[in-house]
Amino acid sequence: MGYAAGEFDVIVIGAGHAGCEAALASARMGSNTLLLTINLDMVAFMPCNPSIGGPAKGHVVREIDALGGEMGRNIDKTFIQMRMLNTGKGPAVHALRAQADKFSYQHTMKKTIEETDNLTLRQGMAEELIVEDGKIVGIVTKTGAEYRARAVIVTTGTYLRGKIIMGELMYESGPNNQQPSVRLSASLKEHGFELVRFKTGTPPRVHKDTIDFSKTEIQPGDESPKFFSHETESSDNEQLPCWLTYTSEATHKIINDNLHRAPMFSGAIEGTGPRYCPSIEDKIVRFADKPKHQIFLEPEGKHTSEYYVQGLSTSMPEDVQLGILRSIPGLENVEMMRNGYAIEYDAVVPTQLWPSLETKVVDGLFTAGQINGTSGYEEAAGQGIIAGINAARKVQGKEPVVIDRSQGYIGVMIDDLVTKGTNDPYRLLTSRAEYRLLLRHDNADLRLTPIGYEIGLISEERYAKFLRKKELVEIEIERLKTTKVKPDDVNDMLTAAGSAPMTNGADALSLLRRPEITYAMVETVVPSPELGLTDEMKEQVEIQIKYAGYIEKQLLQVERLNKMEKKRIPDDIEYSEVHGLASEAKQKLAVIRPLSIGQASRIAGVTPADISILLVYLEHYNRVTAARG
Amino acid sequence: MIHDTIAAISTAVGEGGIAIIRISGPDAISGTARIFQSKTSLNEAQSHTVNYGHIIDPTTGEQVEEVLVTVMRGPRSFTAEDVVEINAHGGVVAVKQVLDVVLQQEGFRTAEPGEFTKRAFLNGRIDLMQAEAVIDLIRSKSDRAFSVARKQAEGALSKQIKALRQTVIELLAHIEVNIDYPEHDVEDLTSAYIREQCGSAIEAIGKLLKTANEGKILREGILTAIVGRPNVGKSSLMNVLTQENKAIVTDIPGTTRDVIEQFVTLNGIPLRLLDTAGIRDTEDVVEKIGVERSRSALAEAELILLVLNYNEPLQPGDRELLEQLAGRSVIVILNKTDLPHQLEIEVVEQFVPANSIVRMSMLEERGLDRLEQAISDMFFEGQLESNDLTYVSNVRHISLLKRANQSLVDAIEASNMGIPIDVIQIDVRSAWESLGEILGDEVGDSLIDQIFSQFCLGK
Repeated sequence: MGYAAGEFDVIVIGAGHAGCEAALASARMGSNTLLLTINLDMVAFMPCNPSIGGPAKGHVVREIDALGGEMGRNIDKTFIQMRMLNTGKGPAVHALRAQADKFSYQHTMKKTIEETDNLTLRQGMAEELIVEDGKIVGIVTKTGAEYRARAVIVTTGTYLRGKIIMGELMYESGPNNQQPSVRLSASLKEHGFELVRFKTGTPPRVHKDTIDFSKTEIQPGDESPKFFSHETESSDNEQLPCWLTYTSEATHKIINDNLHRAPMFSGAIEGTGPRYCPSIEDKIVRFADKPKHQIFLEPEGKHTSEYYVQGLSTSMPEDVQLGILRSIPGLENVEMMRNGYAIEYDAVVPTQLWPSLETKVVDGLFTAGQINGTSGYEEAAGQGIIAGINAARKVQGKEPVVIDRSQGYIGVMIDDLVTKGTNDPYRLLTSRAEYRLLLRHDNADLRLTPIGYEIGLISEERYAKFLRKKELVEIEIERLKTTKVKPDDVNDMLTAAGSAPMTNGADALSLLRRPEITYAMVETVVPSPELGLTDEMKEQVEIQIKYAGYIEKQLLQVERLNKMEKKRIPDDIEYSEVHGLASEAKQKLAVIRPLSIGQASRIAGVTPADISILLVYLEHYNRVTAARG
Repeated sequence: MIHDTIAAISTAVGEGGIAIIRISGPDAISGTARIFQSKTSLNEAQSHTVNYGHIIDPTTGEQVEEVLVTVMRGPRSFTAEDVVEINAHGGVVAVKQVLDVVLQQEGFRTAEPGEFTKRAFLNGRIDLMQAEAVIDLIRSKSDRAFSVARKQAEGALSKQIKALRQTVIELLAHIEVNIDYPEHDVEDLTSAYIREQCGSAIEAIGKLLKTANEGKILREGILTAIVGRPNVGKSSLMNVLTQENKAIVTDIPGTTRDVIEQFVTLNGIPLRLLDTAGIRDTEDVVEKIGVERSRSALAEAELILLVLNYNEPLQPGDRELLEQLAGRSVIVILNKTDLPHQLEIEVVEQFVPANSIVRMSMLEERGLDRLEQAISDMFFEGQLESNDLTYVSNVRHISLLKRANQSLVDAIEASNMGIPIDVIQIDVRSAWESLGEILGDEVGDSLIDQIFSQFCLGK
């Protein structure tokens, strides 16, 4: 049926945000990698909002960068606005968010991929998985090309049996009217995968010249922008503002009058939509007493007049969409360039995955991104890099890399997915992390760069720089600890900052512990030595000192829970034979097959008593195994 | 699990005068040292030594109890972990207070059923043969604990805790939404709002701690009056009860009333026997019921033990008492069952349910177990019958409520100090989790659910 088209170590199906990271990681780790996409013009395409980052999501981008991934570098090159959010809150939740130049983002990523060694980028639609003895050995494309490989990563986003829905209209399609991937879904099912149907949506886009900006509020970028990548030191990107307006009473009336035409309520949509990203019709029905909703107008790039209308995701019929737009202050005469739509797609039930993102169903087959039930570019990319790393390591005969919950949001997300599954498209929130104070935006490199270096994604040069930064931060903390200050030297500064004056001398470190006192203030009293401390390092010093008490507390919790994470569960345990386990626990454990007691304890329906019994069983098991020698 | 420190009363409550609180885990010694006042710190005590001193409540600085503390450093201990045993001899109230203080220590929690044994096994102290037995123990006890928890979860207490938890989760969702959706037009989170929400939760916890009925019973004992006509065996009953507990009988002079109380425990159920002096007086007690003092004592009693003579037909005086006591918590004791049956039980059953009628023989000291059962049924829905489950789960509730309270106090304090909300969130979240532990709720997704149902979010 097909023709032999080539052999690779790793094949990545799909060149979206997950696929790009997966392919780059795999190739950079020395695996000969093929990246297949339905349309070469759609590499790293942003089918929804032209922005990257925000709380939790921005943290993930920093983590991807700390591991040696591309998303951070790519957005730093192509942003048209950069804002640090949550600056009024604690350091753990500071979050960088960028508006991207949508086209530059794609082209820059595509060029990086094209120029990467060991990486082949090719257009083609994968339709069939070739599985022999439960192991993946290759794929076949629509055009009959048969590629062989030792590991395959599926990152099909919303393309799998994609269906666009808008009012009464419904048609098979990938995002943005791309060709959907229909056959691959059937192939996954044939090989034993359980699939679910999810839904997401996007708002309409409008023409810039038809917006009356005078009726909106300007939202400029930061004057001195920070960056996602730890490598980026400066940028001369010119920034564009976003604009804020609100829905009106008329908007709500139009929507209410046309609810019978909304597929959300007429029953046309069967997929489960994300709770955190409801359509405007959903918001107006569920929060009926809210008089107006925010609408952000975001430029899609420098070389286009399209504006993204954030807050107006909808699957209403086209004529209603236009009516809704024109009821919004500033958009009275707006031209709609593209309509919004809802899209349904197949996803894999993520409890079918190991924490490495390899599937339990087919050996050597990995899945990452939206196909695993998540939503968002950053969530996809975060899984992509892990799948890429682990596919390459599998081919190289190495143990998988698993980021644990105390090391990164990527770890939180993957653990949630593979341990608990998800009932609706999964979005990362900082509240999903139990160690939020440890998983900060500012310390992503401290958490993950040593791992990136060890697996070969971080260069020697970058690693040396990282170690120097770490060292300088430690030296400076030690200096503040040992530098004494006298009341006379600091009381003026303290009073000016609204802090109580000192009566006795103290060390500079304890000054910085006061909530009102910043590093910059302390610096005026005890100037830092000429060591080349950057602002980033000073920030690190400040955070580590100010929140030391809370950080230590969380570290202690982590240390204790790690004991549970380190208790490994052998893969060949027959849960049905474990005497005393509740039957619900037996079922759940047999499906999830947790790798550790820690993971087992996070499974819904597994009680502390079940964990106790499992611990006793394991001890028994280990002793019997040891006795057998 | 094994990373924390567990504590429980390891002797059956009420049996004998001395109760031992056993503590095992990494913080056993350092945690106990913080609340143990003695010549030398417990941290420096050698393994396998007995140390004399006092347990103090660190929040008030008051001495709770005079104790002997045994230190056994791991692995030379039953569980192979650091183990501390506190020997207290002041009876049920004092032991409960000691356990209360112990459980307030960071990293400490109530031991689950079979947990000491489980740890001993996991740490290699127990033979393989016993593994199955350990599993059965965990399963059976936890199932029972579950049914107790469920019973309580259906009760009024749980309703209040759920309401309380709702207040906390709303605040938590508010904090989270401010963090995760900084650009959304949700209401600002002011420190005044944090103080108000935490404050109202603290107030509700305070009420719960005061009124949690079982907790009160265990702290103070059930106020009990013994009544009956002369010569039916009241004083014998009194003697049986007090003799059983000779070691821990204490005379507590009434503070505001001229009534003497005696404190006894009946297999873990503490009873405060009222007006014992009056009852000991065998002269015409029926008439004395008319006396103001006894009447008011009777009115206050939470449990009334009415003694009838099994060996004679129901007398007008008996009937009068039965009528008077209708609607109260009454247990009828049919005394002298060693003699022939003459009493019309069917008449008695018109006034009190059959399971509140207990046959005893004071002479032969028989039937005390049935009395225990009847009281247990009445006040603990039968859950106290053979061990200290309800008792422990109560201490657990109280300690969790106190913990939640402390977290909320910390949150307010942090808010006043200008600490950022994501840090305050840590305290609020642990309050929410402590309350959840009382209900045995799974933490799960409910916070995320709350965020999306409370706020309108989207892109």
